[in-house]
Amino acid sequence: MTTDTSPRLNPPTESVQPPKPVIQRGDRIFSGAATAAGVLILVVLAGVAAFLVIQAAPALVAPAETIPGGNGLVAYIGPLIFGTLLAAIIALIVATPLAVSVALFITHYAPRRFAQTLGYLIDLLAAVPSIVFGLWGVAVLAPASVGPTTWLQENLGFIPLFAGPVSTTGATMLVAGLVLAVMILPIITAVSREVFLQTPTLHEEAALALGATRWEMIRMAVLPFGRSGIISGAMLGLGRALGETMAVAIVLSVSGGITVNLISSGNPPTIAANIALEFPESTGIEVNTLIASGLVLFLITLAVNSLARFIINRRREFSGAN
Amino acid sequence: MSIETDRRDPDRDVEIPLPPALRKQGQLKPWVTPGMLGAAAVVVGGLLVLAGFSTGLFIVGTFIVFAVGLYVLSRAVEGRRKATDRLVTVTVTAAFLLALIPLVSVIITVIGNGVARFDATFFTSSLRGVVGEGGGAYHAIIGTLIITGLAALMSIPVGLLTAVYLVEYGKGRLARAITFFVDVMTGIPSIVAGLFAFALFALFFGPGIRLGFAGAVALSVLMIPVVVRATEEMLKIVPNELREAAYALGVPKWRTIIKVVIPTSIAGIASGVTLAIARVIGETAPLLIAVGITTGVNINPFDGRMATLPVFSYNSYAFPGVPREPFLDRAWTAALVLIIIVMLLNLLARLIARTFAPKTR
Repeated sequence: MTTDTSPRLNPPTESVQPPKPVIQRGDRIFSGAATAAGVLILVVLAGVAAFLVIQAAPALVAPAETIPGGNGLVAYIGPLIFGTLLAAIIALIVATPLAVSVALFITHYAPRRFAQTLGYLIDLLAAVPSIVFGLWGVAVLAPASVGPTTWLQENLGFIPLFAGPVSTTGATMLVAGLVLAVMILPIITAVSREVFLQTPTLHEEAALALGATRWEMIRMAVLPFGRSGIISGAMLGLGRALGETMAVAIVLSVSGGITVNLISSGNPPTIAANIALEFPESTGIEVNTLIASGLVLFLITLAVNSLARFIINRRREFSGAN
Repeated sequence: MSIETDRRDPDRDVEIPLPPALRKQGQLKPWVTPGMLGAAAVVVGGLLVLAGFSTGLFIVGTFIVFAVGLYVLSRAVEGRRKATDRLVTVTVTAAFLLALIPLVSVIITVIGNGVARFDATFFTSSLRGVVGEGGGAYHAIIGTLIITGLAALMSIPVGLLTAVYLVEYGKGRLARAITFFVDVMTGIPSIVAGLFAFALFALFFGPGIRLGFAGAVALSVLMIPVVVRATEEMLKIVPNELREAAYALGVPKWRTIIKVVIPTSIAGIASGVTLAIARVIGETAPLLIAVGITTGVNINPFDGRMATLPVFSYNSYAFPGVPREPFLDRAWTAALVLIIIVMLLNLLARLIARTFAPKTR
């Protein structure tokens, strides 16, 4: 910007050199500070990666027997990655259709006067701390899940997902996934809601004028317009579900390795929950191993979030997720 | 009561068939929807009374019978398209109600379980020397306030200045890079932020380090991107005319930003910052890693472990003593206090945004 000139008389029009804009010292300091703050953020992010790598390095080069479990780093982190992905995918499958429906309800079905309040109610769900969701999951959702999961095992037990034996406490992968679904619902709803509201009114009115019912209007005008918003919202939710710690740490009963059985008491842990559970008691190479698993989690969420942002940024007019 | 008009021409006794799209279709009366819901409830309730009653099954069954019944009826009277529309309306509304169930359930559960120990002792005494009943979370509340305050102290200036840079100064690749990485930072899992703070301080102070300040650093990593995003959005909506008017009066750019741009958007910024604080004050995982837990009051964030409310709640729940009940009660009460703090902060943010919003004339 070259507009920061102090008041001055008209310069002679035939001057050889154009008037230099006066940069005040205050200006220089202020823009310097602002730039420094921006650069600091880049430094911090690089620092996060660097310090994790430094602290994870001993585990990366250590002989396999010294890693907890005794079979090397890959064997230790493998089930963790599997558990993380499984829980997050359950959450995503449950939450996405629900969140899109909720966003549609708030933007297109609820009475105008209440729409904002209803949106605020859903946002409140995002404000609840994860520890509270964990306590709620283990105290309410887990016991309530025992009945339905027993039914699933009896009637759909031939599907490997519901093979059982049913956990009597309800501390299962299914419940962990459902708690995560509740936690990521507000994010997906918020992003979808924002794009649905940006649908050009002319498109909607044109559809209605052609005699479309409300659902046909949504299907023809709103959903195609909002598709990238829904996808990126779902990706952001996935990122949150992958990194969610305490709710899973409290809810999930961890024992056993890789299994797709969602309703038994033997579940693979997730990376984040495993760190929270093991870290306070760990020393030496165990700490390094946990940090290495944290690094893996960081890279996974980084990839997922970057992809989501990429999809969002492709739509220029859509300003952001928050 | 209406006058029946004969639409047919009396001279020509021929009926002109309308094209199918314009053919008049029936329409369900407004009372049909609630009527159908009531009927479904009665039918399902009746069946369930015979087979053993359960609330969950009753609600699900009623919904299915209601949705299917309405669809069939509407399809018979109004046609396929209207019927689909009604089905979607019912489904979307049900989805919204379903999404509210966890919120209501969480609040009821936390209040129900937490109110037992929601007393003066909880707010005035620590856990030092407490083995069974009694004791409180005074030390944890103090710790939460100190650590969150420190985090806010570090995050707000950095976040604010970064947003100013992005909106007022930033151009070219650096600005694009910062925007992108702020977005990426929003998605850092909280436990990774905790590991980062631990790794940073462990490098200097050895692997056993637990420090209140480390927790504040971890929370800052989570808080800065939220502050940047909120502030950036607010600065962007300050009309350019205001800036140009200031420049035209010969005000230098930095004074324009401080005296014109920021005061105009201060309400939005304050509310965004409050929401950012509300977001990090409930974080458990990074504090569990970087700060640990203790039973006594420690108000020095540079010296050893500190208790915080979320970790206090987790610890009481996960590692209860004998007997278990006092520990679980304290865990729930800590969760209740946490939820109250977060809700109050959210409410405060709304109030700030509404009260101090620039008056538009």
